Amino acid sequence: MITKKVLEHKALEVHDLNIGYRSKNDRTIIATDLNFQLYQGELAAIVGVNGIGKSTLLRTLGSVQSKLSGSIHIDGKDLKNYTPIDLASTISLVLTEPLASKNLTVLELIALGRQPYTNWIGRLSTTDKNKVQEAIAMVDLEGLKNKKCYELSDGQLQRVMIARALAQDTSIILLDEPTSHLDLHHKVQILKLLKQIAHETHKTILFTSHEIEMAIQLCDKILIMYPESHEFGEPCELIRKQSFERLFPTDAVTFDAKTGSFKIKK
Amino acid sequence: MERTTTYRIPLLLLILVLLLCFILNISLGSVTIPFKATLKAVLGGELANDSWRYIVWNYRIPKAFSAILIGSGLALSGLLMQTLFRNPLAGPFVLGISSGASLGAALLIMGSTLFSSLFSYSLINDISMAVAASIGSFLVLLVVVIVSYRIKDTMALLIIGLMFGSITAALVSVLSYFTDAEKLQQYIYWSFGSVGNLSWPQLLLLLAIILIGVFLSVFSIKSLNALLLGENYAKSLGVNMKRSRYMIIIATGLLAGGITAFAGPIAFIGLAVPHLTRQIFNTTDHKVLVPAVLVYGAILMLVCDTIAQLPTSANVLPINAITSIVGAPVVIWLLVRKKKMIF
Repeated sequence: MITKKVLEHKALEVHDLNIGYRSKNDRTIIATDLNFQLYQGELAAIVGVNGIGKSTLLRTLGSVQSKLSGSIHIDGKDLKNYTPIDLASTISLVLTEPLASKNLTVLELIALGRQPYTNWIGRLSTTDKNKVQEAIAMVDLEGLKNKKCYELSDGQLQRVMIARALAQDTSIILLDEPTSHLDLHHKVQILKLLKQIAHETHKTILFTSHEIEMAIQLCDKILIMYPESHEFGEPCELIRKQSFERLFPTDAVTFDAKTGSFKIKK
Repeated sequence: MERTTTYRIPLLLLILVLLLCFILNISLGSVTIPFKATLKAVLGGELANDSWRYIVWNYRIPKAFSAILIGSGLALSGLLMQTLFRNPLAGPFVLGISSGASLGAALLIMGSTLFSSLFSYSLINDISMAVAASIGSFLVLLVVVIVSYRIKDTMALLIIGLMFGSITAALVSVLSYFTDAEKLQQYIYWSFGSVGNLSWPQLLLLLAIILIGVFLSVFSIKSLNALLLGENYAKSLGVNMKRSRYMIIIATGLLAGGITAFAGPIAFIGLAVPHLTRQIFNTTDHKVLVPAVLVYGAILMLVCDTIAQLPTSANVLPINAITSIVGAPVVIWLLVRKKKMIF
């Protein structure tokens, strides 16, 4: 049972966040004045056209790159006050970049998720092994655990990466385009898995995606990024506000609010 | 998960093979000493010929020990580089680290004629050679690291390593043009590579350098494992990338630079041994790989040295030639057989 109290716990708060890239004497602003908050146990998607800054936002939230200005609070504490180890046990990532070594076995890869908790040489304790086993069971990877990563299909590898994030045992999981390169069946499989994880383990899951129709059906919250602004809220609310209509130029596709899907204009 | 335990048996077997290779290595050489007499010389006992004891203790055992140190150290530096650069073809020789050490050594040996006012002859001793070669390898390593930041393409990195080799070769030939024959000969002998020229004090110094390298590597095991995922993932796991990278680079520089200083540029051991080790130990866990490459590297170096000294003949082949003959086919085999190289 999820009590009301648990749901009220703010896991992630973003205030007036500006994101982009900073170089020596120049900064490229990608998106400005972002404001939204996620509660514990929510599944949320970031949608928007290519190059709008979805990944940049996700990478900024995950401390892969630094923000330009504004504030990010995780569990009520400013992101910049987290030590690397604290952060590693609070946020886990699933990125689009390929693994450095595909020679890892599934089990080895998932066990690496326990690094924030292991000793100086990385020896797994009984707790660590149990957490890894739980992650394998939750993502249903028992049959694959001794395979090498180069033997896996894209969909399988994505599930393994999610299991690794689960084994890291963080309150927040950030995923960058977890459904890209997957067929319809596997897209649905991954997104349903994320929903199940969020609702069963009360983890807050935020991911970027181009699967707007699926996100509308499965997510608790959606952040829509436009060139100059953004909208955030529950899918139904966003449909009512006609927020999806503005996403793409209307001469190409239109949004059908009844079915929650996009139609190609002929 | 706790597969470490199942890797203990192959590791013990490997150590046993190492012992056998060690005994084989010291019982063979240009002077034929009966096997029993070799054992007696080592363990102490009456010998028919007293010079045998001298040969075993002052020539063969130091040589076997230096082969072990050199093989282990080079293999470990290869493993570190392959993980750090996410590149299965990385190794001290391929990435130009050995070339850097060569340049350092060349400047010291041959540059002393050029800058005789700055360097005195007495400066060319073991320690200054080690320092010069280490500085050379560190400098190249630093440049390679900086380049690897800007260029993520692994092929480009290897080509840059090869270019460093060419630049070094060019500088060395300029130096050798101006240097005297004696110095040139000294450098050329050094560049053939040799495990047999080390005295006990030199061995101790090499041992100290390698121990520091091994020590740093052992402390980097956790971050090396995280690096298998990629740098951003490693960071997200709480790894202090800056510190870890420095530790790994210093360890690599000490191992590759120190060894090249004492033994000359020895090819392919650093590149081939980690791959050969992965054939036996089917894991990517550095907790297993670090000790395994140390033992495997020692074995391969002892074998190469046994071949190089051409048992019963008075000739000794350059060790570099043997390691290349053994190592290069390994790389070709890996590429052909596995279609791709993975690490």
